Amino acid sequence: MSEGNAIELRDVVKRFAEVIAVDHVSLAIRDGEFFALLGPSGCGKTTTLRLIAGFEYPSSGTISIHGREMATIPPHRRPVNTVFQSYALFPHMTVAQNVAFGLEMKRVPRAEVGPRVQAALEQVRLGPLGERRPRQLSGGQQQRVALARALVNQPEVLLLDEPLGALDQKLRKELQLELKSLQRRVGITFIFVTHDQEEALTMADRIAVMSQGKVLQIGTPTEIYERPTCKFVADFIGETNFIDGTVIEHGADAATIETPDGLRLRGVTPRPVRVGEQATLSIRPEKARLVTPSDARADHAFALPVRVELVSYIGSDTRITVRLNEQRTFDIWEQNTLSTLDRDAYWQPGEPAVLVCPPDNALVLTE
Amino acid sequence: MALNTLEQEQRRRARWRLAALLTPGMLWLVLFFALPLVIILIYSVMTNGPRGNIVWRFTVGNYYDLFTRSVYVNAYLRSIWISVLTTLICLLLGYPLALFIVRQPPRWRTVLLFLVLIPFWTNFLVRIYAWQIILANNGLINSTLAGLGLPRLNLLNTEGATLLGLVYGELPFMVLPLYAALDRFDFTLMEAAADLGASRPRAFWRVMLPMTMPGVAAGAVLVFIPTIGQFVVSELLGGAKVDYIGNLIQRLFLRSNPPNWPLGSAMAMVMMLVLLALILLYFRSTTEEDR
Repeated sequence: MSEGNAIELRDVVKRFAEVIAVDHVSLAIRDGEFFALLGPSGCGKTTTLRLIAGFEYPSSGTISIHGREMATIPPHRRPVNTVFQSYALFPHMTVAQNVAFGLEMKRVPRAEVGPRVQAALEQVRLGPLGERRPRQLSGGQQQRVALARALVNQPEVLLLDEPLGALDQKLRKELQLELKSLQRRVGITFIFVTHDQEEALTMADRIAVMSQGKVLQIGTPTEIYERPTCKFVADFIGETNFIDGTVIEHGADAATIETPDGLRLRGVTPRPVRVGEQATLSIRPEKARLVTPSDARADHAFALPVRVELVSYIGSDTRITVRLNEQRTFDIWEQNTLSTLDRDAYWQPGEPAVLVCPPDNALVLTE
Repeated sequence: MALNTLEQEQRRRARWRLAALLTPGMLWLVLFFALPLVIILIYSVMTNGPRGNIVWRFTVGNYYDLFTRSVYVNAYLRSIWISVLTTLICLLLGYPLALFIVRQPPRWRTVLLFLVLIPFWTNFLVRIYAWQIILANNGLINSTLAGLGLPRLNLLNTEGATLLGLVYGELPFMVLPLYAALDRFDFTLMEAAADLGASRPRAFWRVMLPMTMPGVAAGAVLVFIPTIGQFVVSELLGGAKVDYIGNLIQRLFLRSNPPNWPLGSAMAMVMMLVLLALILLYFRSTTEEDR
């Protein structure tokens, strides 16, 4: 194994009867990293986490934690701790007893347990609540007890299964930032599973996007958003416009596709493509612009004449739907950088315009 | 004002409805439960006549006898002992069984629970007679042993046979409440315990058992109560060699010549008080769980 990796998965496969839940997954997660497994439900992300925790054993492939092979190690002897989606707090114990559980199991001297439990509770800002029962706490507080219960054991890796999934939107945003700063403070490797792309982008240092048991792309949030390597990732992360076609020409890192209705569009290629291959041009709505026909110039990847169809003002942005031809519409988001009440000066439905996009902002992607 | 009277009228009607619904059940309880109990209580402090008739003269002598004469004291102790043993064995057999059933896919769970309940389709006495056939000196087990050239065993009419019959009869009453408790148990908690470093046995003792304690307590009560008063199994399988409270009460009422209803009644009252104490203990333990 290479130096500095907290966890390595090599070619891990997990089968349940007929279903392949995890399909030849290889991951190297670095020490101290905040790593996200992102994907829709049923993509294998939770199973991957459970394989690392030891609740499941791989059908084939190997998992190592700081270089130690985990194949024969049961969950209670692995140097990892888990924050469960349902928190799984012990309802018959107080908060402090919950947090002390792991230390007791490791037979930490009694005199040491009390202070460590208190310190862990302080760390998640639950200092005075040690004597409460879990069900007397709010969802957010329970979530923090689960965190304290795991962190008090000073695991080499902390696993979090949809840690914020059960909380409401506002609390979620708060805890996202809190979790990230907590991770910085303790310096422990965090691996967290989520289906919420915004959560992954906000918190993670790196993200692995999964679908149907496979890892499609691993990268920083910026890489994943700006340079998705396949159509699924571009679609799953953020919003985008897709225009399907066939590759008719390509260079080293760019290609042109032709659509069935005769449009020729050029974009960069994150992954090599072949002439004749089916491909999709992907343009994020905020990366294209509308100009008046008189302002259109030739230094764009393309300049397509369009007609404005729908204009929706949503405060921070204005979302415009334009029509390219009979079959095709395209979404553009423009930031409302000027404060004005004069909406008449803006695009009006039915108005002719030109859709322009810098070459780097359009991507040619394959499946 | 008009609203007020309307509300009052509605409340009055609700009271009547409640009374109408409760009356049949209440009457039943008074006639067939409270009244007989009072009769037994009164008998227990009366004197037995020379021909087994009841002499209406107050005495605590019956109770005095129960607590001083070794034949009665021993019967109580023996009954409590075999009930404790039966309850423990049922628990040790029933817990793994209930756990096994809960862990099956839903379709199989129904089938397995059904199998646990199937014995109830046949009358209890008939099933105990069946055990006689199995255990008898020339019964199923012994003829098999003889066929294999092995020595015969003395199985029927032993205290072991009594215990076997009791465990056999009561096991479903242990399995069902345990099943209910385990069904409510969130098995993610066992993963959480393992994740925090608990081996399986420790996770069981620290998490699963404490959390299913209400089921254990309910099962124990359901098994213990009928067992302490039983007389059929010890007579048919135990050969009536030793006396349990149930056998003594039955004999004092029906078989002795002359019968002694007052003493039998006192015995029944003491047995009830013992059970009442145990049930109170059970309720205390379950309400503490909720606190």
